[in-house]
Amino acid sequence: GCFVFKPSPKKTRVSQKTANDFRERNDDSEDAELRFVTCQSLWNQIKSETEQIQEDLNTQLFDNLVSFLRRSHSECQEKTTEWTCRMKSREIPTAALILGVNVTDHDLTLKSLSEVLQDNITPYIALLEAKDCPGIKNLMQKLMGQLMNCHIDVDSLEDEDYVQVSQNRIRCSMTSLVNWYESVTKKTDSETPSKKRASSSRHGQSPPVVVIFKDMESFTTKVLQDFIVISSQHTRELPLVLIFGIATSPMVIHSLLPHSVSSLLCIELFQSLSCKEHLSTIIDKVLLAAQFPFKLGEKVLQILINIFLYHDFSVQNFIKGFQLCIVEHFYAQPLSVLCCQLVEAKKRANSLSHDQCENIRRLPSFRRYVESQASEKQVALLTADSIVKEVTQKLLEDLHVYHENYVSVLRCLHVFTSSLPKYPLGKQIRELHCACLENRVWETEEYESSLQLARMLNKSDLVTMLQQCVEILVSSSGKEFDKTVEKLKEFLTQFQKLEAEAFQEQDVSISSQKELRKKTDLYHLQKTLLELKESRRSKKLTKFEMLRFEVVDYIDSLVRSYLVPADHKTLHEILYFNTASVLRAHLNAAPRIALHTALNNPYCYLKNQALKPDGGSISNKAPDICIVYKLHLECGRLINLVDWLEAFSTVVMAVEGPHADAASSDQVDDIIHARFIRAVSELELLGFIKPSKQKTDHVARLTWGGC
Amino acid sequence: MSQLEGEGCGGLEVKFVPDEDVLKHIVDDPGIKVQKDKTQLTDSVKRLVKKLENVSDDEAQEILEENNYVAALGICAQGAVGNYSSVSGGEVYSFQTPKRSSKMAELASELARTPGESVAPGHSKCPEKTAKTPQSSSMFLLLMHIFPLLLQSKQKEFVSTTPYRLRKRLAAPDPYLESESEYSASCSEEEEDEEGQKEVGTVLSGQKTPAKTNAASTPPPRNTLAKKNKEKMTSLVEEYFEAHSSSKVLTSDRTLQKLQKRRLNQQTLHDLLKKAPLAYAAEIEELNQQHESLFSKWMLQLHLGFNIVLYGLGSKHGLLEKFRTSALQDSVHLVVNGYFPSITVRSILNSVTEEVLDHIGTFRSPLDQLEFISKKFKEDSSLQLYVLIHNLDSQMLRGERSQQILAQLSSLPTIYLIASIDHINAPLMWDQAKLSLYNWLWYETTTFSPYVEETSYENSLLVQQSGSLALSSLTHVLRSLTLNARGIFRLLAQYQLENKDNPSYPGLSFQDFYQQCREAFLVNSDLTLRAQLTEFRDHKLIRTKRGADGVEYLLIPIDDSTLTDFLEKEDEDV
Repeated sequence: GCFVFKPSPKKTRVSQKTANDFRERNDDSEDAELRFVTCQSLWNQIKSETEQIQEDLNTQLFDNLVSFLRRSHSECQEKTTEWTCRMKSREIPTAALILGVNVTDHDLTLKSLSEVLQDNITPYIALLEAKDCPGIKNLMQKLMGQLMNCHIDVDSLEDEDYVQVSQNRIRCSMTSLVNWYESVTKKTDSETPSKKRASSSRHGQSPPVVVIFKDMESFTTKVLQDFIVISSQHTRELPLVLIFGIATSPMVIHSLLPHSVSSLLCIELFQSLSCKEHLSTIIDKVLLAAQFPFKLGEKVLQILINIFLYHDFSVQNFIKGFQLCIVEHFYAQPLSVLCCQLVEAKKRANSLSHDQCENIRRLPSFRRYVESQASEKQVALLTADSIVKEVTQKLLEDLHVYHENYVSVLRCLHVFTSSLPKYPLGKQIRELHCACLENRVWETEEYESSLQLARMLNKSDLVTMLQQCVEILVSSSGKEFDKTVEKLKEFLTQFQKLEAEAFQEQDVSISSQKELRKKTDLYHLQKTLLELKESRRSKKLTKFEMLRFEVVDYIDSLVRSYLVPADHKTLHEILYFNTASVLRAHLNAAPRIALHTALNNPYCYLKNQALKPDGGSISNKAPDICIVYKLHLECGRLINLVDWLEAFSTVVMAVEGPHADAASSDQVDDIIHARFIRAVSELELLGFIKPSKQKTDHVARLTWGGC
Repeated sequence: MSQLEGEGCGGLEVKFVPDEDVLKHIVDDPGIKVQKDKTQLTDSVKRLVKKLENVSDDEAQEILEENNYVAALGICAQGAVGNYSSVSGGEVYSFQTPKRSSKMAELASELARTPGESVAPGHSKCPEKTAKTPQSSSMFLLLMHIFPLLLQSKQKEFVSTTPYRLRKRLAAPDPYLESESEYSASCSEEEEDEEGQKEVGTVLSGQKTPAKTNAASTPPPRNTLAKKNKEKMTSLVEEYFEAHSSSKVLTSDRTLQKLQKRRLNQQTLHDLLKKAPLAYAAEIEELNQQHESLFSKWMLQLHLGFNIVLYGLGSKHGLLEKFRTSALQDSVHLVVNGYFPSITVRSILNSVTEEVLDHIGTFRSPLDQLEFISKKFKEDSSLQLYVLIHNLDSQMLRGERSQQILAQLSSLPTIYLIASIDHINAPLMWDQAKLSLYNWLWYETTTFSPYVEETSYENSLLVQQSGSLALSSLTHVLRSLTLNARGIFRLLAQYQLENKDNPSYPGLSFQDFYQQCREAFLVNSDLTLRAQLTEFRDHKLIRTKRGADGVEYLLIPIDDSTLTDFLEKEDEDV
């Protein structure tokens, strides 16, 4: 069933033709090459950025781990005589590393971890996966293979005969491992001094052997137990350290290992950053960053976030989806050639071809822009390419400025909304971002209620928020914010003034209370209390409250002027990717629903009038498989093939009825029979039915629903 | 029928208690209790509500997000070019519900009768027109007819001994059957025929279940107080349990044997299908054109590190083949026909190592081989390989281990995988780990083209041909054996046919068989018989099985109809 096709060696393609694929479809536009290059460079930038982010997020964790590893063995080597240490020496130091539920993301973390360890602690690192270790024997084999190989990698120039020793010939046991370790450490001792110094300075005298278990939960308990028990016998000779990658909770160690085994471990717990925080950082640093011109539209972002939250919690997948968005955007949108840094984009806009100018004119947002212009300008815009180019440059700059302002104001707004009770606009900045992209955020109910809530904030909160806003705006690259910052600072000083006044007010209230305490009769007391209540109800707003209103109104005005949804902006199509349906179809497909639709309603795919469904049911002219499927829906668990065949032929005969003569009926029958067999075996291939032994000539139905 | 029941009840002084009353009787008690505890209950409810409000804002957030999610999905489903009719998951994935055996025939006749205009399904139930419907429906009507008799004879224990649970099930409202009973009253005279009569016997003697389900048609005493909603709910539940209650099946007993139709083998089937014109060829062509316009996009995405999986109704063999010839002519590529019944992961890996990498030598395990391949591909980045797999979800490749290996293979940066899946449950093969290795991009490519290649290997359902194959092999083998051996086999076959109605027939025990063979002068010692049996076993003509008592049982693993045919043929020859 496998066939290899090799082209003749002459014709072998040059590997650098990916760009051609880009061009093949959009043969009309000559910018394909440029677009592809832009796309690639953008993606590479984003990729390295995300990797950098991940590294930064993990540094803390790795530092802790490194110091743990240092500690674990140096201690015991120094004071071997002490009793506690001797007790401890039977225990294997173990790091339990909680990495979150998405196991596939562990790969990257563990890989960078082993790199870090290789640099700092020890060259002897083995990473074991459950699928390689069905038994203890395989585990040992894998372990030794990795350890010995990695040793060879570190100083590969060494004696040749060592390399010759294949792992297969060494008996895989703990003793041979110990022997290997002794020989290796001795060898480094007796080596040329220069080399020794280099390695020993980094790794110490006897570097520990680190064994990483990726996704510990998936290992068979027996294998783990055996390994731990065996290796605990050799802790003296072999400084072993285990690292468990755990997806769920640390409790799992105790449920997997009985007490007698887990008591051999000296476990320390490490927690990695949760994937949600990781995602937030990515969104913050990549999606909202000004240095990347490419942006995601609301629906697209929503889909990516939903896949993350409801399907896999995988940051890698999120990034993959992002990559797909970039590729799709640059592939489908000829104008995406302008989706680059502003300076470059202006240059490119200047040298646009006539076709591309036409493309710009075709953009809906640009049309809206043209319509809003004066009539002479309209004519100019529609006829002269040079003017289009000019305007495009200007609009691109506008768009750029809009972004810078948008992000800063969004962050300010987030400072406010993220501390409101119940979070009407969401807790995370991504939710706020989505809300702002979707439509005018100030028209939504949630925004209204969050303003209401903001008007009830207390002073200390308000002041700290204002301070945060000032910080954000000062650090932002937008140039328009000088005034805003000044205004906010003014608010802050006013609040400080208020504080001084507040003391006096307090005095007044105290005095009025003092009055109450004076001796008086019941009638008067009642009267004064009533007055007090009255005055409180109709009391004019205090100065603080006035100021609070002012602040909130000011923030509101900021939002209205800067957080306009992107698709209201002219030329947003160039920078924003908004075709959510494509993304969903490729990443979150529903194969069974597609089958269902095709079988129940073939008209969806085959645009033939005869197939048009009338009144809910399919017509009898549908393809055979649809009819057979429809008939089988009416059956119970088992289906009699004969009945099925007869029902099928009833339907088919009715369609062909007038043409079929009595003479050729026999042959027609055979053809129908054959068609039936084909349709039934197709249904079997699709998994709707399977042959059954319960009764002769019966098949069993496997699915329910779909009527 | 309800009348009848009523009379019987009167005579025997057994009162028929409607379900609702029984229910009330049972429910009453807790009902009072509930009222007593009402205050307490509301209190606790209040507390609960408060608690709910206090539940971390995260949760409220989550709910909000869920709404968003559903909304987003809905929007997308509608937004997608109309190819997606918005079908919800609930429609596609649902529970088993009871079906009547005659419904398929009804639908067929209805479909047949409406060649354009739609006819209301209600008024068309006339015996003259349904003359063509298969007899399963007639059998059903017949049952309805004889049911009163059955009921009369069994009535006493029927009413008094059935446990409550069953009675409830029996009384479950089934409007369908109800209407059917009227129907049968009016039409049954015409429908009765001799063949039906024959089947009455079998029904009366053996099968109990039909009687039971027919009993369900007794109209339940209507209680106006019963709440509609609740009824709906309970009827759903009842239907579910009814559908799962009996392991017996209510289908007609007809077999293809009786149909007197010429057997079709693979070749004739193929020829016949060639004669039948492909319906909607133009539209299908158009669909294919649409898919073909994506080829360059596929190439691009493959090169960017994604792998591509195609799904949707219709064979994707032709499409992939076209992709291969148009886009991959100048590069090294591997085509894997997953539907091939003897394909293994090993053979895929072998063709990679042997033919692509020109490596001679064997590997101890697929994992070693995979490691070798990945090493080679990582060393030489100019090495590129396109892998096309037709039917990645086929019987042979769907195993966990093979999928793991294929996923790892596909995760290599210079191996580009494009595969097709057809089975409805194919996505269940992949867990998160494999999905991330595969790095799929999904493409819906509904082609509506027939699965010619894919089903040509699948002989299991084509009962017609599998029998002929087994038969011809049987005759061939037996012809080469001695006369005595043939006699021995014939004895066993005859014995098995005699017992074909016994579902728990274990086979013929060796001792009995020996006895019979001796009596027929076929063997003289059990050693010769054993030698003979070994020969049969080597040709897979018989199977031995040890029973619970340690006795050896012999069985011919061929279905009865083929065996009958074989014996007939043997008789002709002799």
